[in-house]
Amino acid sequence: MAGLELLSDQGYRVDGRRAAELRKIQARMGVFAQADGSAYIEQGNTKALAVVYGPHEIRGSRARALPDRALVNCQYSSATFSTGERKRRPHGDRKSCEMGLQLRQTFEAAILTQLHPRSQIDIYVQVLQADGGTYAACVNAATLAVLDAGIPMKDFVCACSAGFVDGTALADLSHVEEAAGGPQLALALLPAAGQIALLEMDARLHEDHLERVLEAAAQAARDVHTLLDHVVRQHVREASILLGD
Amino acid sequence: SHSIPVRSSETEDLRVDGRGCEDYRCVEVETDVVSNTSGSARVKLGHTDILVGVKAEMGTPKLEKPNEGYLEFFVDCSANATPEFEGRGGDDLGTEIANTLYRIFNNKSSIDLKSLCISPREHCWVLYVDVLLLECGGNLFDAISIAVKAALFNTRIPRVRVLEDEEGSKDIELSDDPYDCIRLSVENVPCIVTLCKIGYRHVVDATLQEEACSLASLLVSVTSKGVVTCMRKVGKGSLDPESIFEMMETGKRVGKVLHTSLQSVLHKEESLGPKRQKVGFLG
Repeated sequence: MAGLELLSDQGYRVDGRRAAELRKIQARMGVFAQADGSAYIEQGNTKALAVVYGPHEIRGSRARALPDRALVNCQYSSATFSTGERKRRPHGDRKSCEMGLQLRQTFEAAILTQLHPRSQIDIYVQVLQADGGTYAACVNAATLAVLDAGIPMKDFVCACSAGFVDGTALADLSHVEEAAGGPQLALALLPAAGQIALLEMDARLHEDHLERVLEAAAQAARDVHTLLDHVVRQHVREASILLGD
Repeated sequence: SHSIPVRSSETEDLRVDGRGCEDYRCVEVETDVVSNTSGSARVKLGHTDILVGVKAEMGTPKLEKPNEGYLEFFVDCSANATPEFEGRGGDDLGTEIANTLYRIFNNKSSIDLKSLCISPREHCWVLYVDVLLLECGGNLFDAISIAVKAALFNTRIPRVRVLEDEEGSKDIELSDDPYDCIRLSVENVPCIVTLCKIGYRHVVDATLQEEACSLASLLVSVTSKGVVTCMRKVGKGSLDPESIFEMMETGKRVGKVLHTSLQSVLHKEESLGPKRQKVGFLG
């Protein structure tokens, strides 16, 4: 960690936040009129768009259709201008494919797929600006988009990242903190039941500290849930005003 | 079966949504939407949504043009627009649009490439113009060219100095002040006007339904002075030469008006200064 102090003695991080403080989150549902569901989220400087098409008939080979539930198909794409250094290809590389699979796993756990057998639900996530916590931003945006599309889910899926520096667990890592090379945990939570949809950890972390980091990420995810809940209610309120209820 | 109601109203200069044949839909332009770029712009034309990011990077000049920098275009048709663009599905359309952009900029006057040169034969600025197609509501080429012009207007390239020491080796020094940058002149950057032939008339800014009814279209790339830099006919149908001349005249006329409105909007936005409230996708 070449001279960059991730956590100062007074307990402030590089961008002035406290250890358990999240970045500012702003979100909006129904960004695109032509898609079935869409949403946009800003978590600090990370901006992500999610668009949902479905449930519709399986595209491509009918053989992939599942007889008892819907197929969830996710694609993660990050714009070539999203990172500091220009990316050559927006999607198709290993990291994007892996992220797509992770998103698929996350949403298969939350969407009530048994209600739509032999059909397909497409979730496309586009990262416009990447400043750390891209997986979390994508999951949060995708949750809002799936809700905007009216697809039934067991619960919200709220995600957040966490790290560990100098004996303290940090919530919602920015790019600078991720690049520093310490342990990083990504967590996707179903808040009502407290169930974990996805858990991923990189780098070495002593198991004594795992519980603290996990708790920090879970608490941050619950805070994100409060915010997303508010966004959804606001959207429904606006929609009902337009409909004249 | 859709074409009949559209065609009959074309004769009275009235389209399905109430516009005249030469009217554009409401265009929303916003610059400086993405911060990791040297310049960016978002254009919303009806249901068509385009985001353009320009990144300036240092590179070596091309062999045949050692005193100039250059532009590289890349178009990403995102799956957001339609599920058919998933994976490599959007590559064909993306390549077609990128090639069109290369062609319209392929002349001496569109962009002053000499201002992008840092030291001849060794260093120059390469502007990577990345277009992201988010939603497709018809008339892609026009919207993309407007977005590219707005993004180039917004581009700020850091000022550099070439220092030469006694041994002759050169070092490039970036200015310390982050606001010390060079701007590009977009006076001669062309915009594309697409004219679709529907029945006996031609329309500007076609929606998806109108594009489906049209036999053929003409893409005209026009600068603010009315100079045509590139022209291309697209579509399965054929056009007679008289129509092509008529459409070209309409394209020049409409293009000049488009440029004037775009320039005034861009200057107005810039005059609001750094305190302007950025809306982006949240508005």
